[in-house]
Amino acid sequence: MVSEGKKRVWEDYQKEIADDHYFYVRSCIRQTFFPGSETAFLRIMRNDLGKDVFEDARHTTCTGIGYHTDIVPLETTMTIIARHFALMTEAGYTNIIPSCVTSFGLYTEVLDTWKHFPEMEAKIRDYLWKATKKEFKVPENLVHTSDIIYKFRDQIKEKSKISLVNKKTGLPLKVVEHIGCHYAKMFPATGIGGAEFPSVLTGMIESWGGSVIDYPERRHCCGFGFRQYLVMANRGYSVSNSKKKFESMQPYQPDFIVANCPGCSMFLDRWQYTIAELEGITFDDKGMGIPVLTYEEMAGLVMGYSPWELGLQMHQVSVEPLLDKLGIAYKKEEKYLGAHGQNIGEPQKPQFLIV
Amino acid sequence: MGKLYDRLNQDIRFIEGLNGCMNCGVCTAICPAAEFYHYDPRVICDTVQSKDEKLIEALLRSETIWYCGECMSCKTRCPRNNTPGFIIMALRKLSQELGYFTDSEKGRQQFAIKRAIGENILRSGYCVNPDIVSPQMHPEQGPVWDWISRNTPEIMEKMGSNYKQEGVGGMRTIAPEVLAELNQIFEVTGCKTMFETIEKHSKHKADELGIEISDEGIGNEYFMTVFTDNNGTHNS
Repeated sequence: MVSEGKKRVWEDYQKEIADDHYFYVRSCIRQTFFPGSETAFLRIMRNDLGKDVFEDARHTTCTGIGYHTDIVPLETTMTIIARHFALMTEAGYTNIIPSCVTSFGLYTEVLDTWKHFPEMEAKIRDYLWKATKKEFKVPENLVHTSDIIYKFRDQIKEKSKISLVNKKTGLPLKVVEHIGCHYAKMFPATGIGGAEFPSVLTGMIESWGGSVIDYPERRHCCGFGFRQYLVMANRGYSVSNSKKKFESMQPYQPDFIVANCPGCSMFLDRWQYTIAELEGITFDDKGMGIPVLTYEEMAGLVMGYSPWELGLQMHQVSVEPLLDKLGIAYKKEEKYLGAHGQNIGEPQKPQFLIV
Repeated sequence: MGKLYDRLNQDIRFIEGLNGCMNCGVCTAICPAAEFYHYDPRVICDTVQSKDEKLIEALLRSETIWYCGECMSCKTRCPRNNTPGFIIMALRKLSQELGYFTDSEKGRQQFAIKRAIGENILRSGYCVNPDIVSPQMHPEQGPVWDWISRNTPEIMEKMGSNYKQEGVGGMRTIAPEVLAELNQIFEVTGCKTMFETIEKHSKHKADELGIEISDEGIGNEYFMTVFTDNNGTHNS
């Protein structure tokens, strides 16, 4: 009886993820800080899995950062998103997949709001027509791009070149998974596993041979806080919340952190540098910090992609200790070369953080 | 029912965000802002549901409403399905519409956000792109970002991006006709009005404080003042 009840509850947090034919919308933050991740996603989807992923050059920001810093009104953001729905409709697609978790949360909020307030949808259709003469159908399937990788995790495993296992010890790597707040905290039913037990990243990690660390502050925000990071005077909020997470995960000695949100991946990487420089501490035992990956980078490594093509040199915390554990061959001297193998210099060394 | 409460109650997020708070404080327990700032979302809910005009006006003029990070962790936890984060968004919108936001140090930061992010959206089609993350304004980004900033075209090419080129791909140039559509949407949906309102009240405040302010961009004293000022009282 008890187990049936649990199964029933769990079923509430499963969601339909379309099989193929996706309309892809990019993330401002991921394009800026981890551009190789979006390239890797498309390579996995198109080349390795043979899926149809369409991109329209006319799509733009969803205005999410403007919306969550309260300078962009709800109606504006809704109309920008409606414009993306119009581009999707025009291209003949019904499945939309945002790369950004803030966007995914907003798209979800828009559809949920229109369901409860149909007059708002009518108003937005009117705004969009007035501004652009565009019309749209609402998507039949809205999921985050990490949901897609989760769905195809077993196919990726079949094609994988390595597992998330320490090559020397043969033991599964210990992984901290971090889910962006707007993935499921606002609308738990839209996240696989809901807000309490999201399995979107644990599903990938366990399928590919790693083990997941459960630690006290696992569900705590990375600390982005929109205005709390963007404005220099507020950044103490942001770094303090990340630090709270690092201190909580440190005793479990994670081999790496993986996040499904572009912002979280960046902050969990950069704040380790900042804390090291400010306080002379790191949260590993070698003074190098805990490597942070995007889920696309994790999938790319599993698929055998080159670390430097994935863009791991764009991280402040060095990834080499992780690559060594995974037994991935790499050439250190090629790390910072340009697109055509040219010398474009190297980053300076931090004072405390060892790179 | 007072005027300010009525205006809040016209905001769909306020309607969805406040179903009746029983003051349990679970939102405060889970709130990242409450851990860092002198901030208590439970009290925000209690104040707005009191419908007391004086208290709501004080809130609209306060530092308090600017402490939330909009992570929306509160939405998951509230046993009454309230969302203090949504209430905050309605309060911030009204505070800006009425010009009250310039009464607080944290509220005045809206000017910096409008200039840095708002203008960038209409100029580039992105909220964030490498051009606006300067190492000088973002020392926390570290030496790797400094290296990326000095070599952005080469690194973006290596990453398979279509940096500042036409067509699809990461960090592509957004076409002028697309930016024109964005501008048009901002016009008809009220965002231009919001931007003008932020500008008008910020200029008034800058004049009052005797601080230089320009008509656009971030190269002015008022921008740097609101971007960096921290009177040190927000955490106690």
